[in-house]
Amino acid sequence: MVNMMSEMKFTKDHEWLLINGSQATVGITEFAQEQLGDVVFVELPEVGSEYDQGDEVAVIESVKAAGEIVAPLAGTVVDVNEELADNPELVNESPLQDGWFVKIQLKDGVDLSELMTEEQYKEFTAD
Amino acid sequence: MTEELKTPLYDLHVELGAKMVPFAGYSMPVQYPLGIKGEHLHCRDQVGLFDVSHMGQLIIRGANVASALEKLIPVDLEALKPNQQTYAVLTNESGGILDDLIICKWDEETFFLVVNAACKEQDIAHLQSHLKDFEFEILEDQALLAMQGLKAAALMQELAPQACELTFMNGCHSEIDGMPVYITRSGYTGEDGFEISVANAQAEKLARLLLSYKQVEAIGLGARDSLRLEAGLCLYGHDMNTETSPIEASLIWSISKTRRAGGEKEAGFLGSARVLNDIAEGVSRKRVGFLVEGRVPVREGAGIFDADGNQVGEVTSGGFGPSINAPVAMGYVPASLAKADTKLIARVRNKDIPITVAKTPFVPQRYFRG
Repeated sequence: MVNMMSEMKFTKDHEWLLINGSQATVGITEFAQEQLGDVVFVELPEVGSEYDQGDEVAVIESVKAAGEIVAPLAGTVVDVNEELADNPELVNESPLQDGWFVKIQLKDGVDLSELMTEEQYKEFTAD
Repeated sequence: MTEELKTPLYDLHVELGAKMVPFAGYSMPVQYPLGIKGEHLHCRDQVGLFDVSHMGQLIIRGANVASALEKLIPVDLEALKPNQQTYAVLTNESGGILDDLIICKWDEETFFLVVNAACKEQDIAHLQSHLKDFEFEILEDQALLAMQGLKAAALMQELAPQACELTFMNGCHSEIDGMPVYITRSGYTGEDGFEISVANAQAEKLARLLLSYKQVEAIGLGARDSLRLEAGLCLYGHDMNTETSPIEASLIWSISKTRRAGGEKEAGFLGSARVLNDIAEGVSRKRVGFLVEGRVPVREGAGIFDADGNQVGEVTSGGFGPSINAPVAMGYVPASLAKADTKLIARVRNKDIPITVAKTPFVPQRYFRG
């Protein structure tokens, strides 16, 4: 799987989504991992958990501070990146690919219009 | 909001790509592109360079200055040898801690002090109000660089070989590349290393010289904190404050035997009644270190609970220790729960994390004692 930033969507919480049909893979952006610093622990949700948009889905602990992953859209977790338990540094090393967090089955009718394109996100982080 | 102060190395930090943050009124580097973990590990294995110019440096002079200072500091300052220094606390009238500091005897009439940045104005006012007949020289024109790590001494051998003969907590006037400096063999990382006081005007030249060696990396406040935490060293304002007695803070080692009960110079310092009473009677709470099960960092403010779920204390410093590759913390618990290996619980995001009272330092100290 090669994630192309041009196929991704982005949120103001510095998360990316790769939407494939009704499922979305979710991770954090390069910008976010840099701000966070060295990640030492990731707490992932259980498969099957349901979230509304904005709910806390996962917790990231870096040497510096704790951060959270929020559900970018409402849905149900269908897969989590178990690799992160043993190798949380994947979030730093490969945030857009190997460092993904969860796959979410999106709720019917979720609103995708608020998501940013790569270009819009770049503009957003330039401020 | 007053404008943030800058150390003489500010431009260099920015040039090196540091992330600058406000700290104790200064704009200071929290990390460089290497990152906190990389900087931390580099310092332990190689050499780390720290800008600690924000700390207060001052000289106090006068006849019998040692005995005058002993009224404020529970240390046998008269017994220090010339150029010998010690870690000490500045106590208040109720036996709490106003600040922790390093005090160095230059000669019988001259002491050199290094105090915390956030406390320096208050410390100086306190010292001056109690030492009216003494001359104070606040060294605002001096920067302070710390060079710490396994290979610090080998590097110092090339720069100022005289300083390599010093043992831990001793200092000397010297010169590095023609720049007059005062070097002490000390630091706050648990590693062997040096602190170098140098004129502001020459600080950048000295820093660039040190950074020209491939084994040296600049280290920011982030790694400075994880290094001192692993070394089991207290951070003023977090691990102790004006309410904490040095005995509660497990700093009894910083109080000279001669200043304790039965000593030749027993008591006679601010708050000595409480401090000596705390030694004699024991304290109800104590600062201890904690090892943490799992990988979740237990940070400042986390509550500590006993097996029955009663809150018994609080974490005052905590984070991830890159060298031991695990979370480490310190905090206060009742004396009855302060024994090593006592099992307790810390609560993080409403989850119970098992923690164990542990001896500090968490990593072996590598001070050079000769």
